[in-house]
Amino acid sequence: MFKKILIANRGEIAVRVIRSCRELGILSAAVYSDVDRAGLHVLSADEAYSIGAAAAAESYLNIGKILTVAKRCGADAIHPGYGFLSENAKFAQACANAGIKFIGPTAASMEMMGSKTRARQEMEKAGVPFVPGTSHGLESAQQARDVAAKIGYPVMLKAASGGGGKGMRLVGSEQELQPALEAAQSEAGRAFGDGEVYLEKAILNPRHIEMQVLADEHGNTVYLGERECSIQRRHQKVMEEVPSPLVDAELRRRMGEVAVRVAQAAHYHNAGTVEFLVDPTLEKNFYFLEMNTRLQVEHPVTELVTGLDLVELQIRIAAGEKLPFRQEDILIRGHAIECRIYAEDADNNFFPSPGKIETLMTPAGPGIRLDSGVYAGWTVPIDYDPLLAKLIGYGQDRQQAIARLTRALPEYFVGGIKTNLGLFRRILEDGDFQSGKIDTGYLDRLLAAKVGREDMGVEKSVAAIAAAVFIVLDSTANQTATKPGAAAESSWKRTARTEGLS
Amino acid sequence: MIYDVTIDGTTFRLDLNLDRATGRWRCLVNGRKVELDAVLPLPDVLSILIEGKAWQVRRERLASSLQIWVGDQSYAAEVSDPRSLRNRKARGDAGKGPRHLVAPMPGKVVRFLVEENAAVEAGQGVVVVEAMKMQNEIKSPKKGIVLKLSVSEGAAVNAGDVLAIVE
Repeated sequence: MFKKILIANRGEIAVRVIRSCRELGILSAAVYSDVDRAGLHVLSADEAYSIGAAAAAESYLNIGKILTVAKRCGADAIHPGYGFLSENAKFAQACANAGIKFIGPTAASMEMMGSKTRARQEMEKAGVPFVPGTSHGLESAQQARDVAAKIGYPVMLKAASGGGGKGMRLVGSEQELQPALEAAQSEAGRAFGDGEVYLEKAILNPRHIEMQVLADEHGNTVYLGERECSIQRRHQKVMEEVPSPLVDAELRRRMGEVAVRVAQAAHYHNAGTVEFLVDPTLEKNFYFLEMNTRLQVEHPVTELVTGLDLVELQIRIAAGEKLPFRQEDILIRGHAIECRIYAEDADNNFFPSPGKIETLMTPAGPGIRLDSGVYAGWTVPIDYDPLLAKLIGYGQDRQQAIARLTRALPEYFVGGIKTNLGLFRRILEDGDFQSGKIDTGYLDRLLAAKVGREDMGVEKSVAAIAAAVFIVLDSTANQTATKPGAAAESSWKRTARTEGLS
Repeated sequence: MIYDVTIDGTTFRLDLNLDRATGRWRCLVNGRKVELDAVLPLPDVLSILIEGKAWQVRRERLASSLQIWVGDQSYAAEVSDPRSLRNRKARGDAGKGPRHLVAPMPGKVVRFLVEENAAVEAGQGVVVVEAMKMQNEIKSPKKGIVLKLSVSEGAAVNAGDVLAIVE
């Protein structure tokens, strides 16, 4: 087993990895940028080393600096967390060259999964399902009609060099196909200088469901169940849960077996996640999207329902141990839901809200887990992504998990900056969410709907009283705190001065 | 002290006094006497007891707004002292005259989307500020002319800094 692991990350995930290291009796070495000297991961680690300026390129993305520190401190392995260098094949290779174990897959597996076209070729060989359609540009309207007739309407036309919805057309029937194709081609030509358009089966209101896999270095690969990740905003996941309300034991087995084939085709080691797009209609067809070659942000929900510690298993696999269980030993028990707490202003366009956390109250109690990277007094820097913490509710079933989160949310308060905490109450009490009717468009629809709030007359008057009480107490605090020993300044005099009367 | 507090559009007149020697509160809401006790266990966290009922109330303060949380409900709040000159002025100015576009958070000015003296519509993007790996478009609060771009591209700004003025 390793003696010392360097964690090439920051925030909540670095703290998470340090916790498993400590439980395993492994020393942890943190790295930090200039703005993270007082970060929770630095406070938690056994050792900590400066790696430069705040900009990630100067610090957390700087392979040379991180490897220099790892060699200097005698780390025998590096855990990359998620984001930053976690899916960087060059980094994995550089670690291998330096004789330091990278806790994750090999550079070769990462490279294969990093290239969409290569991944697709390899996966097709392994019989992995893709969204049906043409993988090359359409040559004629006749070809488009033939392909569409074969895969069935509705179909989606997409610009080959597209993005941002430009050059995309949803086509419901054959009559609409030719005009839509012409419009898509000319729009793509204008937007990207390339009129190439291809065609795919349209999946209306798809769900985003992923499968966790684990593979040791002795040829054993297992799946640990799915995670439902359809609640997203701007392609950013906001809430995840296990089990998915859509997935039954049979679908789980089918998706799991495909995920294992994907991992095996990539000669994959360690923890990974295979993402699928799932058609919510009766057939529940699922299609391969991509493989994330790292630990996921949302790994705790899988940990809660399987009873496993994924970070510990990652470390054991990297140290050469065999998986301590077989596929049939893995049981999904209960229900877990994760809320990603971001420093962003949900009342104002979700603008990011970095700054100093003045007050922090955290939830606890039955079935509540909080993986946090912050504390009261910590200044959330502007340089990194806005994830502060993950609040996870666990219960014997979905209803209990929802009830526990609903109970825990008002116990949570982050003062001084804005967070998206208020958003989760809206989701948890929404009828569609409660009945499991969620897809990738769900959150946008919820946010667009007007907030219908029952008349909270009593609470409004409480809020009004409180707002005024805060102001009275502020002036008391100012008088005693800012001028110890001095005579309290008259508040009307101060008011007059600030208003420019004196 | 008299305060006019507006919560989500409803205005309450509060007459609130704290006897600092005894810690006792005297509270009238719209002229009606209310039995009140209040303590501040943590900054921005208030425990108030109103006629036996216990409420935990939290305050979120930002450059631009004040939010009051009662349980898991949040309310936009505005507090004014009806005798204060500044508040009377502020109320009189609402909607008219030049409006300042301020940075809602600390960050870096990536680029301006319009030039000085350009005409803008209400809700049109004026400037892009980057923070936390996200580019955020700051929009014009009103239809008018961009009088001034107050910072330069690439500048670091703090929350509340004026980025541009629209008249």
